[in-house]
Amino acid sequence: MRTISRQSVVDAVAAMCIDANRYLPADVLASFAKAKAAETVASAREIFGQLEENAALAARTGLPLCQDCGLGVFFVEVGEEVRLEDGSLREAINAGMVKGYGDGFLRKSTCDPFTRKNVGDNSPAIIHFDLVPGDALKICMMAKGGGSENMSRVMMLAPAQGLPGIREFVIRRVAESGSNPCPPILVGVGIGGNFELAAINSKKALMRQVDDVHPDPEVAAMEADLLASINRLGIGPMGLGGATTCLGVKIKTAPCHLASLPLAVNIQCHSSRHKEVTL
Amino acid sequence: MAEYHLTTPMTDADVEKLRAGDVVHLTGIIYTGRDAAHKRLVDALDAGQSLPFDPRGAVIYYVGPSPARPGYVIGAAGPTTSYRMDSFAPRLIAEGLKGMIGKGMRAPEVKAAMAEHKAVYFGATGGAGALLGLRIKKARVIAYEDLGPEAVRELTVEDFPVLVINDCHGGDLYAVPELEAALG
Repeated sequence: MRTISRQSVVDAVAAMCIDANRYLPADVLASFAKAKAAETVASAREIFGQLEENAALAARTGLPLCQDCGLGVFFVEVGEEVRLEDGSLREAINAGMVKGYGDGFLRKSTCDPFTRKNVGDNSPAIIHFDLVPGDALKICMMAKGGGSENMSRVMMLAPAQGLPGIREFVIRRVAESGSNPCPPILVGVGIGGNFELAAINSKKALMRQVDDVHPDPEVAAMEADLLASINRLGIGPMGLGGATTCLGVKIKTAPCHLASLPLAVNIQCHSSRHKEVTL
Repeated sequence: MAEYHLTTPMTDADVEKLRAGDVVHLTGIIYTGRDAAHKRLVDALDAGQSLPFDPRGAVIYYVGPSPARPGYVIGAAGPTTSYRMDSFAPRLIAEGLKGMIGKGMRAPEVKAAMAEHKAVYFGATGGAGALLGLRIKKARVIAYEDLGPEAVRELTVEDFPVLVINDCHGGDLYAVPELEAALG
């Protein structure tokens, strides 16, 4: 059994929260450059230019990329042969997030669902634990903003609706979202599992690199088709028209009940902020 | 598409000359207000109370900024999604509000109120929070401090870059999604 100190988790999580909000991942920036070069609409190129400038300014000044520093969402893979030396892992991750959002001058956005009173420190972190073999602790963090999250949906399709049903639902969801979620967007799709697993998988899928290719050729083909189809919508950056409504579609599948075809669409804005660390 | 430099408070004449697609550089005072603040503003009007700022000619920026780092007047300050303010906006427009800055689509009732009372909906680039925050020269909370990021702030801006999305003549800049082409 390997032990990890509470403090090392707190420090790692605090640093991830600050870095995720300040530095846009290189793959996302590269996708802006590629899309900008392919745009023929002037406003679309102008928006990409602003997004590139914004990323450079955030890195230089330490200001967050976006005022919505999101809820802190964590996907944690806990090795079966690792344990925290002192305290609980959930508490340590939460404490690290609170520290990071405080020290980093990040916006605290959690509030009571009814009174709307702000909690004040962005807690509690939303944490999904997976138990895995080995003695490592892998923590993936996503700063998930509200504007794009609000455009997300779960749908329980009938099995007979099959792939055409999935395709139509995803495309319609993006069309209905229009300019609201800060396009160009990334689209995470969870297919199969059950009601809650589809939603979790749709968000986990967004942790992948923008330009990677799914190992399953059928899923990869579906991702490519959805990306091309969504971009034919012509919504464009900020909804002002153009070739780039979407930078990438990422699908994660899971086996499901024979009566069900769960489908979740998690929309991510262009500011796709995430980090991962292995302790 | 034209380019204008406007100062706040805005007048009917300012609004009437604007068309969807025009670029506007705003200078002067603008006010922040979003979800919870809008509810309080409208509740205050319903209770016959005055607002924490004069709505006549005012511009409201839908933003919940991040905290200011030492040496900065404000943190990141890009627009939030506007539809959440749609149920409150017509009331404020009727009180004299001339401009709203946000991102995303507006409800037909808001567009109708804009046409009736002469108001304009501006878009700013969503997610460009660092870039837009650096264009703000002064910021102070003037109401609802307990709302934190959602408190009403008075911002002083110089050449704050916005785009006319909906004008008072029915013009709408947003692209209509080509659903048929996408579903193929």
